[in-house]
This record gives sequence, structure tokens and C-alpha cells, in this order.
Amino acid sequence: MLQSEHDLMRCEIETLVEKLGRERSSLMPILHEMQRKYGYIPSFAMQVIADELGIHPVEVYSVTSFYAFLKDVPGGKFTIRVCNTISCDMAGKDRVARQLEAELGIKFGQTTPDGRFSLEYTACMGMCDQGPALLVNDIVFTRVTPELVHQILEECRGHFGIYAIQEEVH
Amino acid sequence: MSDTKKTSNTPEKGRGEIANWADSENAGYEFSFGADASRAPVSQRRQMIKAQQVEGKIGGLVKVTIDGHEIRVPMGTTILDAAREAGIQIPTLCAHEDLCIAGVCRICVVEVEGFRTLQASCAYPITQPIVVHTHTPKVRQARRHIVSLMLANHYGECYTCKRNGNCELQNLAEQYGAERFLFGHPEEPLFEKDLSSHAVVRDMNKCVLCRRCVRTCIDLQEVGVLEAVERGAHTRIDTFMSKPLADVVCINCGQCINRCPTGALTANDPREEIWRAIDDPQKHVVIQTAPSPRAGIGECFGLEPGVPLTFEMNTALRECGFDAVFDTNFTADLTIIEEGTELITRLYKALVEKDEHVALPQFTSCSPGWVKYLEHFYPEYIPHVSSCKSPQQMFGAVIKTYYAQHKGIDPKDIVTVALMPCSAKKYECNRPEMNDSGFKDIDYGLTTRELGQMIKEGGMHLPDLPKSDFDDPFGTATGSGVIFGASGGVMEAALRTVIELVTGEKVESIFEHADIIPVRGFEGIKYVELRVPKVGPVPALLKHLVPNWDWLDGATLKMAVVHGTANAKRVMEDIKAGGKFSHCHFIEFMACPGGCLGGGGQPIPTNPEIRAARAKAIYSEDAAYEVRKSHENPAIIKLYNEFLTDGPCGHVSHKLLHTHYTKRGKVIN
Repeated sequence: MLQSEHDLMRCEIETLVEKLGRERSSLMPILHEMQRKYGYIPSFAMQVIADELGIHPVEVYSVTSFYAFLKDVPGGKFTIRVCNTISCDMAGKDRVARQLEAELGIKFGQTTPDGRFSLEYTACMGMCDQGPALLVNDIVFTRVTPELVHQILEECRGHFGIYAIQEEVH
Repeated sequence: MSDTKKTSNTPEKGRGEIANWADSENAGYEFSFGADASRAPVSQRRQMIKAQQVEGKIGGLVKVTIDGHEIRVPMGTTILDAAREAGIQIPTLCAHEDLCIAGVCRICVVEVEGFRTLQASCAYPITQPIVVHTHTPKVRQARRHIVSLMLANHYGECYTCKRNGNCELQNLAEQYGAERFLFGHPEEPLFEKDLSSHAVVRDMNKCVLCRRCVRTCIDLQEVGVLEAVERGAHTRIDTFMSKPLADVVCINCGQCINRCPTGALTANDPREEIWRAIDDPQKHVVIQTAPSPRAGIGECFGLEPGVPLTFEMNTALRECGFDAVFDTNFTADLTIIEEGTELITRLYKALVEKDEHVALPQFTSCSPGWVKYLEHFYPEYIPHVSSCKSPQQMFGAVIKTYYAQHKGIDPKDIVTVALMPCSAKKYECNRPEMNDSGFKDIDYGLTTRELGQMIKEGGMHLPDLPKSDFDDPFGTATGSGVIFGASGGVMEAALRTVIELVTGEKVESIFEHADIIPVRGFEGIKYVELRVPKVGPVPALLKHLVPNWDWLDGATLKMAVVHGTANAKRVMEDIKAGGKFSHCHFIEFMACPGGCLGGGGQPIPTNPEIRAARAKAIYSEDAAYEVRKSHENPAIIKLYNEFLTDGPCGHVSHKLLHTHYTKRGKVIN
């Protein structure tokens, strides 16, 4: 049977709801799963989730917009988040940030035209003793130097899936 | 209610019986409505432990001392409620009688002895004896800062604001605010106004994030258009995916407007266009006035709620320059005839011809908010909605055809204005299909508030004006039309007519003064049954539709009255599940809590007491009418004799007075 993208997404959400529960409190885990899979929460998915949980789509949108790691527009395949707190700042975050901007040709808050990288700041990740720290999707890199930035980006570029680098580079 | 008991407990032969839900055989039916069914999180609902008489036991009364006044309140009472009971004023902003607790604005903070921080009195349930101070220096300073912080993000163009003089923020700033802007004040607007909707205008520059609109839309009405989006300093109230209001599932009920403390949510104001039409000598400007604005407009002039000013308003409208003033009740009566005929046709098809495809229960179509709600959320039930236009639109079609002929005026020169208690009516008159007269049936929808403004612009003080009647050829309508304004009114009006047409007996012989009390009142969902005790001859008006009434002899008609879309949702879900309400024959739905008298175009503020007062005004006006049944309205009889000659639901009436609906669905692209 021919299934559209929306049908598939609906099936997927129904499966998730079966697994995670139909209460309002299941909203976060479902959104996490969708974010992991698609890199953002499509507006269609928000409406299906709302239907399944018996809440309003605008409430799902509200929650999505509240959390920085949940997105409602597609970002890059790799989202690079640089810690923006004071310890990493003192440990040389600025050099790392400049290197990222120069190498990707975009500013913080932007996505590369090829849709591969998004660059943004994040709040403290608890890696203050090993700063500067950054996140590539959900993998943490610590004691990052401008040289290491280049290496990380190269590895990402050479990768197909969203889990670019399985081992943490220290 | 006492009248119900009287009629149902003394079933005399040949008398109709109307039974309240609780009296019916299904009284044990499990279904929870009202506050228990609220979808607000438990933590935000008002919790109260029923007071026990035993002192000192759990659930007993608690002693609370507020500013030295000692009172005892049931456990769980909030400090705010306790203070009000003691007659102590605490300012509020985000708290509202109709809505669940939010505790977000903090203006109601008080000092509780033994607590390090100030407590929001609206959200603090008293569970142990406490000592509260409501205006210590700490509290005063906090309130001043809170107001100043709100003003720091409030683009206040007070002089040009629609809420000037009726703004809760303005009042707070006057009473509790600082003498200067402690934290600054925006000089330029930050957001663009959302003017996309025909009904509701959103200006987020004036929003103070009290979330009353959010709670109204999500919890009270369960439509779910507005929510707080983003977080911290970036928080704003927005629609799904920040789309324009016209593109989301907004039903235009305007309940958010009624509860907004500032001018962030207002109705789309057609006053300028109407003045222009009045000033144009070419144009014949006609206004029809709905029943509810009469019960509310006094509030715009500082009167207590519940003072009907129908006839003073007629004078004011003529003074304003309207060429003719008509009563929407005329078409309310027409609606009763048309909708009643439609119901009889459906019942006949279902019961006699055994047609299984007949859509029953039939839903009313008078409330444009409800119609749009159904189109969005239950589009598969569109065949159930009566195809009759709402009284407003019927009148537009009649004015631009019958009246134009009668007066010899070219309909293109007629401007029809509808005075409504409603913001959704502004949307309804702009529906593309509403032009059956060959022109836009209704040109402008005007709300009660806007008319109040127009009368003030005309230099009049409404309560002092002399009285005058409505214009011919429609004249004064019947009491049945007037009660359309209250929840249960359409049902009562329909019953008065149906009972007489079917039984051939006077309604007064069954219900005292023709007051059908069981369908009145503010209960969210009312269910009634009516056993047809006997049948009479078929009146001439309906001869072409049914040969006789024998098929209705002894039948039980099941009806329900629903107001507020949250209640409508429960009933629709019940119908979907094949429950009690799916066996009904006729259901009255009104989108707004309380019916039209609580509509989104009525004077601000609104609360249960105000709505009750307006309802009282409406029923008292009904009682004063000589003719109180739609089918006895002489103007209606004349209209059928002269113009709609093929009778109710005939060809002409189908063309002019009936409409169709759009399957909108709730998916937002």
C-alpha cells in the first residue's frame, strides 16, 4: 500500500504513544524521540501528537518552543552548540567560536546553506573543569582547541548518519 | 426548577410532561460535566474541602487573621477568597472568576507571617491557621515593582486604546503603581498587530502575559488557539506555529477579548465604515439589534448589569443617523419556524419513512462560533446542523430583498448593520457564501461595546433618552425572539411553538406563563425530555410537509441545551461514542458560556454574576411581551403570505434563509 510521508509519521507517533503512554506527561519523551529522528518536530507531527494525547496542538508548540533542544524548524544535520558560560569563556571559548564561524562561514544562530551544520550557543553543560566544551548533536567534546574544531568538522563531513563520531575525542 | 417538579409529578391527562435529566429514568447515567471535567491541571483548579462542623478535625474550619480581622474559612480557601469574605481588597490581575488559578502576575502578593517570601494570595490555599498582612511596606513595594515591570513591556498608547478607562492595568498603575516608569517604558511598538481575523485583533504590544486568554481558550472553551510560547524574557502569547489568527482554528467567540485585562485583544471595529455609510446620503443604513446587547449596553454607561435599555437604544440609533431600526427577534422568530419545520421534516423522514440516513439529532446553527467549532473539530457532523442561517443573516437576506422591494430602494444602496453581542458574527457576515440576496447580506457586524462608543460619540447618555419602538414592517417581535440571548432560549422558543403546533393546545395550559423553566439556567449541559400527550390537526403552514401528527402521538422528544464549546465538546464526544446524547432529537448549542448574553462583543468585564443579571433582564423582557410565541408573530405570518409564499423550507426560503457549511478540519497547514 502506498503511504505518504504523513501516514508514516502518523504510524510512527502512534507506535510511540503506545510505548510511552497516552498521558500529558508522555509529551516530553515523545518529543525527544521525534527530535532525535527528524532533527526537529514537524508541525504536522505536533498536531498528531496533540490528537493522540488529547491536548491542543498549540500546547505542543508551546512546549517545543520552551525547550532549547527541541526545534520546530529543521536545523542542520549536525547542530554544534558551544558552551556560553563563564568557565568555558575563561578557558578560551572565543577562539573556538571564531574558528567555527570561520570554518563554516556562518554566524551563531545560522545554518550552512548545504543544511549540514547549525551553530548555536548553549548554557552550561557541567563540563566547567574541562572547558571549553561543545556539543555536536548529543556528543560532548571537551578541552576544545581551534585545531580540534577542524578535526571534528572534518569527521562530521565524512560521515553519513547523524552520529558522526562515536568515540569522544579528548 | 419547582415548576418542573410540579408538572412532572402531577401528570394530568392530556398534559405534556417535561422531565429534567435527573428525573428521567437514566438518572444514574454516569457522565461528569462542569468543574469536575475541567481539563486544567489539578494543581490549577480551585480545591476546597467541604467544611465539617467538627472543630479542629481535618476538613474543618481554619482560623485566618487578615490585617487583624479574624475569620474562619473552610480548609483550602485561598487567601484571596478569605480576604474578600472579610471585606479586604487585594488587587488582582491574572485571577478571574471563570478561569482556573494561574498565580502568574503576582500583583496579589501578601505577607504571611513565618514565610520568608511574599505569597500570591490567589494561589495560596489556607490549610493551617495563618496571619496575613496585605499592605505592609514590603508588599507595597513589591506591587509597585510588579506594576512597573509590566509597564516596562507594555506599549501603552492609552489615549487611543479601546480599553482606555476600562483597563485593569491602567487601574493598577493608578492605585498601586509608581509615579514614574521605574524600569522604563517602550517608546515604539515591538510587534505587528495581527489584523488577519475578521473578528479578533491581537496587539501583543499591550500584552502583560497574564495568560487569561490562554486559560480561556484552552480550558474554558477548549478550542486551543493561544498559548505562551518561548520562555523567560522572550515569552509571548502566540498561536500554533505563530500563524495569523485567521489561519488557525480560532472560532472567533471573543471570550478572550472579554477577559483580557488590557487592550491586547480587541474586536475588529467597523465603526468608521458605519459612520461613513451613515454620512453618505445615497445609502440607506439599516440596523438590526439582537436581544443580548440590550441587556448589556447599560454597563457601557455605568449602570448595574441587568438593566434592559431596548427602547432607549432605538432612540439613540435613530439619533446616530440609522435610517431604520429593526429587531433581530423578528428573524429569530423566523428561525424558529424554519428550523422547527426542518426538524419536523427530519423526524418525519426518520420515524415514518424509516429513512436511516437522516441526520439526527439536529443541531442549532444560530451561534457562528459553534458552527465554526463544528466545522473545525467535528466536520463529519455537518449534516446534523440545521441548514438555517442565523437570525442575523436571515435578516440581511430579507432586508435586501423583501424590504428593498417593499420600500422601493435599490438593494445596492442599502447598508445592513447588525448589532450583536458577538465577535463571531463579524466573521459570519464575511463568509463568502452569505450573499444569497445578490449582495453581501450583512455588511457590518457591530458589537455592544462598539455601539456604546458610537452613542457616546453622538453625545448621548443612553439611560436618559426617551423610548421609541422598532420600525415597520417588522415591528416588535415576540418574547420568543428575546430569549434567544440566553442559553436555553432557542430551545424554549422552539418548544413554545412546537407544542402548540403539534398538540393544538396553548402552551400556557402546560407551563405556567409559557415559561419552560427546565431549559433555563447556567448549567453547562441540560437534558430534557418531552412526551407528546396528544396531537391536534396539522396547521395550514405545515400542511404541505406532513399529512397528520399521528406518528408523534405519545412519542418522547429528547432535547439538550449546551453552552460553551467545552461542554459542546463533551456532548459531541458522547454522540460519537453512541451515548445518551446520540439519541436526542434536537440540541441547542451556543459557543459562549451563558449563551449570547456572555458573548465576545458584550461589555467588559464578565463573570457569572454579571451574566446572571443579564439573563434576568432578558427573561423579564420576555415576560413583558404580549405575543410570546414565534408562530403568532403577525409580521412573520405576513412575510409568509406575501413573500415566502411556498411556506417554511420552501423554495424561496431555501434560497434566502438557508445556507451550507464548509468542512474545515482542524489540521493547520
